[in-house]
Amino acid sequence: MEKVLEIKNLSVSLHTYAGEIKAIRNISFDLFHQETLVIVGESGCGKSMTSKAIIQLLPENIAETSEKSQIMFEGQNLAQLPEKTLKNIRGEKISMVFQDPTTYLNPTMTIGAQIGECLSLHKKMTRAEIRQQTIEILGKVKISNPEARLKQYPHEFSGGMRQRVMIAMALACRPKVLIADEPTTALDVTTQADIMDLIKELQQELGTAVILITHDLGIASEVGNRIQVMYAGEIIESGTKEQIFNSPAHPYTWALLRSVPTVSAARTDSSGSHKLYSLPGTPPDLIAPPKACAFAGRCEYCMDICNRVHPPVFEDRDGHLVSCWLCHPQAPKVEIPVKTKGDKHHE
Amino acid sequence: MLKYILKRVGYTLLALFIITTATFFLVRLIPGNPIEAMTEKLPDSIRQQFFEQYGFDKPLTEQYKLFWENLLTKGDLGESLKYRGRKVTDTIAQYAPVSGRLGLQAIAIGVVSGIILGILSALNRGKLVDYLVMFIAIFGISIPNFVIASLLQYFLSIKLGWFPTTGWGTFSYTVLPSLALSLNSTAKYARYMRANCLDVLNQDYIITAKAKGMGKTHLIFKHVLRNSILPIITLLGPQIALMFGGAFVVEKIFSIPGLGSYFVSSVSDRDYTMIMGQTIFMAALYIFAVLVVDILYGFIDPRIRLADTKEGGN
Repeated sequence: MEKVLEIKNLSVSLHTYAGEIKAIRNISFDLFHQETLVIVGESGCGKSMTSKAIIQLLPENIAETSEKSQIMFEGQNLAQLPEKTLKNIRGEKISMVFQDPTTYLNPTMTIGAQIGECLSLHKKMTRAEIRQQTIEILGKVKISNPEARLKQYPHEFSGGMRQRVMIAMALACRPKVLIADEPTTALDVTTQADIMDLIKELQQELGTAVILITHDLGIASEVGNRIQVMYAGEIIESGTKEQIFNSPAHPYTWALLRSVPTVSAARTDSSGSHKLYSLPGTPPDLIAPPKACAFAGRCEYCMDICNRVHPPVFEDRDGHLVSCWLCHPQAPKVEIPVKTKGDKHHE
Repeated sequence: MLKYILKRVGYTLLALFIITTATFFLVRLIPGNPIEAMTEKLPDSIRQQFFEQYGFDKPLTEQYKLFWENLLTKGDLGESLKYRGRKVTDTIAQYAPVSGRLGLQAIAIGVVSGIILGILSALNRGKLVDYLVMFIAIFGISIPNFVIASLLQYFLSIKLGWFPTTGWGTFSYTVLPSLALSLNSTAKYARYMRANCLDVLNQDYIITAKAKGMGKTHLIFKHVLRNSILPIITLLGPQIALMFGGAFVVEKIFSIPGLGSYFVSSVSDRDYTMIMGQTIFMAALYIFAVLVVDILYGFIDPRIRLADTKEGGN
């Protein structure tokens, strides 16, 4: 498959009053043509930072991308490009949809103007053409009566509608890559499904590759082709949707899957307790991140080596990547404590 | 919107009525009386004649009624008590345009330079430009405008001879007083604009705009300016009105025949009619400016526009 985006050794630090926060620590991954890559992880694990680092939209004055970092897109390293060149890539070739459509839309500009802006910045078009195109895009994101809606302001739209507008803005120039940073977190559940369907539909139509950032494993299981789990600024496991859900290999992924509430889990709990599993402890302080495994402190299966040496990345035949000492041939065999999708069939 | 405006005009008239009434009784409570001073050396009978001529022998309520009768039926605010034969309305019509022009020029300079300086300083936060602008701002707020007026007069007029020292006539006469009056508003607007700008630059929609591939200049003009200018507009209304009367010291320094100096002297002269006339004029102007600002809001911020129509529909 054709690689659209290739990220190698990306590290980002934030310089704050408290000290240097190593928000992203040496991560590498690829994005292939037309696929959906889901990045999951808890708050503060660096998933949003990763997405913003790709189009270099990190807070200028405090964020620093390390010199080794490579974000290869169309033969160029985005981490090294000058602002002038980046400007032409943002919005046209790589665009973004953000979490909260209410605050990410300008309250004093009409929807039409905000969408048209993307076109006027990147395409040579007359006003009439821009208007025509904007109406077309609004229709595509299923906003009824686009001609009248064009002249309205964000506050005249509902939350779901606003997110549709955001998507319209992001896809106006038919980008190669769409980064969706928790696009449904601020919406209610029924709207969430609509928005995800819309993204999927447009992705197929435009042939866009999507990076979806989420903490919702339900969404990840529905739309992702590949899933990448992040913890404390690192990617600790990555694989296809089936690999992650059917044969997860990292204890953190197990914990994540165990904390998803399901109807059957509550009913069939053998110990008689109906409590939902939650992972004890907190992620490590990223001002002084642990040299060895970052998850060791919270890990039920922690071994001696976990606190001494950083685990390498183990790869199995199918390209399932895990950064955990449990995958080492000499490690004791552990039974996966999660009811995976594979198990369900046996019930 | 129309209903909203009509409602606002109604409130405006009510406010004007209250201000006028309060002023009418308050000036008459000040010890001293314009006729008394004028007729000190005259015999009592002649003094009595003066009192009758101006209606001061009548009870206050009668005088109050008479005042409204004259104002509403003839649009007449009476004659100045100090300068005989000069009508109050004529005086205002003659001198207000001078003060108004001076004030508007000063505000224009203040707003434009304040906004530019404020944006520059916000964009260069923590750098030299920022410190420089904030220095100018503190300078402009803490130094009274008459000091600046004298300095400008001394350097630009006496030393360099670029502008006339005093008087009123062509445009060149207006430059120095406008500058002197504007520094305070420049400082104020620069500070407000800097704060607003920094606030807007931290908003999420700025990231959206950047993610669209927008450059800095574009960003400032299309997204930052409009969103950060609203509080500036709020300040603008009252300031326009104040400029008509608040500039009397600067007007004195440059010997400008403006309304400001008249207002001040009319108070010490107990020139009742003049005080009434000017108060009504100034209050009307102030309230009108605030009204205009409120309507302007709606054009700049669509969210306020919506609230208005809702209110109007009730």
